[in-house]
Amino acid sequence: MTNYVIEVEGVSKSFGGVVANKGISMKVPDGKITGLIGPNGSGKTTLFNSIVGYHPIDEGSIKFKGEEISKYRVPQIARLGLLRTFQQTRIYSNMNCIENMLISIPHRKMKFVDMFGEREAKETMEEVDRLLDFVGLYEKRKLRSGDLSFGQQKLLEFAMALMNKPEVLLLDEPTAGINPTLINGLIDRLRRANEEFGITLFVIEHNMRVIMNMAENIYCLAHGEMLAHGNPEEIQNDQSVIDAYLGAH
Amino acid sequence: MNKNFSFKLHFPILVFGIAAPFLFPGLQLQIATLWVMVLFALTWDIMGGQMGYNSLGNIMFFGIGMYTSVLFQVGQFAEIGAYTAAHGGDDFTFTNAQYYQGLVIGIIMSGVVAAIAAAALGWTVFGLRGPYFAIGTLGMAIAAGELMGTWEWVGAGSGISVPVFPGSAEARSLLFYFLCFGAAVLTFVVLQWVYKTRFGLAVNAIRDDEEKAEAMGIHTVRYKTVAWAISAFFVGISGALFGNITGIIEPLEVAFPTVTFGIFMVAMTLLGGKGTLWGPVLGAVLFHTLKEVTWTYFLGWQWVALGVLIIINVVFFQQGIMGWLMEKFPEKFGIVVENKEATR
Repeated sequence: MTNYVIEVEGVSKSFGGVVANKGISMKVPDGKITGLIGPNGSGKTTLFNSIVGYHPIDEGSIKFKGEEISKYRVPQIARLGLLRTFQQTRIYSNMNCIENMLISIPHRKMKFVDMFGEREAKETMEEVDRLLDFVGLYEKRKLRSGDLSFGQQKLLEFAMALMNKPEVLLLDEPTAGINPTLINGLIDRLRRANEEFGITLFVIEHNMRVIMNMAENIYCLAHGEMLAHGNPEEIQNDQSVIDAYLGAH
Repeated sequence: MNKNFSFKLHFPILVFGIAAPFLFPGLQLQIATLWVMVLFALTWDIMGGQMGYNSLGNIMFFGIGMYTSVLFQVGQFAEIGAYTAAHGGDDFTFTNAQYYQGLVIGIIMSGVVAAIAAAALGWTVFGLRGPYFAIGTLGMAIAAGELMGTWEWVGAGSGISVPVFPGSAEARSLLFYFLCFGAAVLTFVVLQWVYKTRFGLAVNAIRDDEEKAEAMGIHTVRYKTVAWAISAFFVGISGALFGNITGIIEPLEVAFPTVTFGIFMVAMTLLGGKGTLWGPVLGAVLFHTLKEVTWTYFLGWQWVALGVLIIINVVFFQQGIMGWLMEKFPEKFGIVVENKEATR
């Protein structure tokens, strides 16, 4: 039997008169890579925002490992182990890479006194070095992260997410704006994060080559509604998906 | 910054701080004020520099500390209402023991009450960002001064006088000089420590991108509250000391001087370089020196001189002195590309 880490049930969200999500239901299986595709403005990022508690939902239910999280706020959900990255890369730009990584440790069990805890403990530093090495930023670790190139910032953001040891990682367009060579490296790293660290990935992606190769399960949104669901092959051959998004080749 | 450099600065400053009242007895009050200015800049920088919350209301904790201190100094031995009604007249004299007990408890409580006030007020203003936070906190400080000015029990507009020091005038100014110096040193040492802990990283993360920090699970509200409470604690103590130096506490000019000290703390930090440990210290020294020099030699032009300094600073030199140095000599601050072979 498949275990589902995220279960979204009948979620709707409107902004004023704009219905961004309408009765969305979907499930993310544990330990797998799930994709979310759809045209611009179809409500993908809104669904992500709803899941991570960025805004309240109008109706429906969102469960993380069986726990209802639709009323929780962003930091609470993050501390449960459900983490997201942003479409516009967000890092702490005035801090160097090491500092960015150090503050990205899991905050799940932080007590009040841990605020003044040792920040450069040996194991933490080893983990920082290992992950910066993993994304290829080791040599630049002492530079201001805001001075890194866009692609490098994306890699740093990904490394920060791994540092947080999440159970599920929601990635909003991880390859957008990255050059083709780096994309291959990133796909490889995402796969390894999934296989080696056992992190469930839920990925919004416009690059079809990437998502069709990576994901086992794909959901397609259009006009705020769930259009189709299936494995990459089923999605590629689904007439409604072709009409709304992929276009005929 | 590396340890050696820090130590090279610590030691001479410590020696100067201890020797100054004996070397320059005529400047004792000015140098004591300098230490209060250093404390102001350091504590403002916790919020404005390290955490990116530009508070224009930090001076509120100065007034809260000042009033708290005098209320504890008097209230332990006399009825406050009667004391203020008599304008601290001859009916109220304190023994030596009472004076010192009052002073010690007054100073400690001024910090504690100011910190509690910051934590409580934080709830109402931490939802505000950017300029709204600045104006919101400024409003709070102005309101606090006006409120104290209408409260008869604490002397309202005519203020409340501080218990008289039971010794000579020289002993009094020496005592408060060293208390001011000690408070500044303590503030520096505590901040140097907290910035090296996880706290330092967390408040920097909040400064750079608070939304990201929340999305990463950082307890942002907790860090913000504690940051403001630490800042308020030391400002509160400086208020207690300054109130005792002044002798009479008047609400608008002495206790809640929003347009002088309240703005100086921002200007000094920006001058030295916000978000650094030494920047506020450097800024306070330069600013206070310039202020004292212009007050002494260019009286009448002193506000113009300060205004020009602030304008030059914010127009041409926004990163401040330390920020400029870091840009100019990044390798001195450890900002380098380093390959694996060099470190492993």
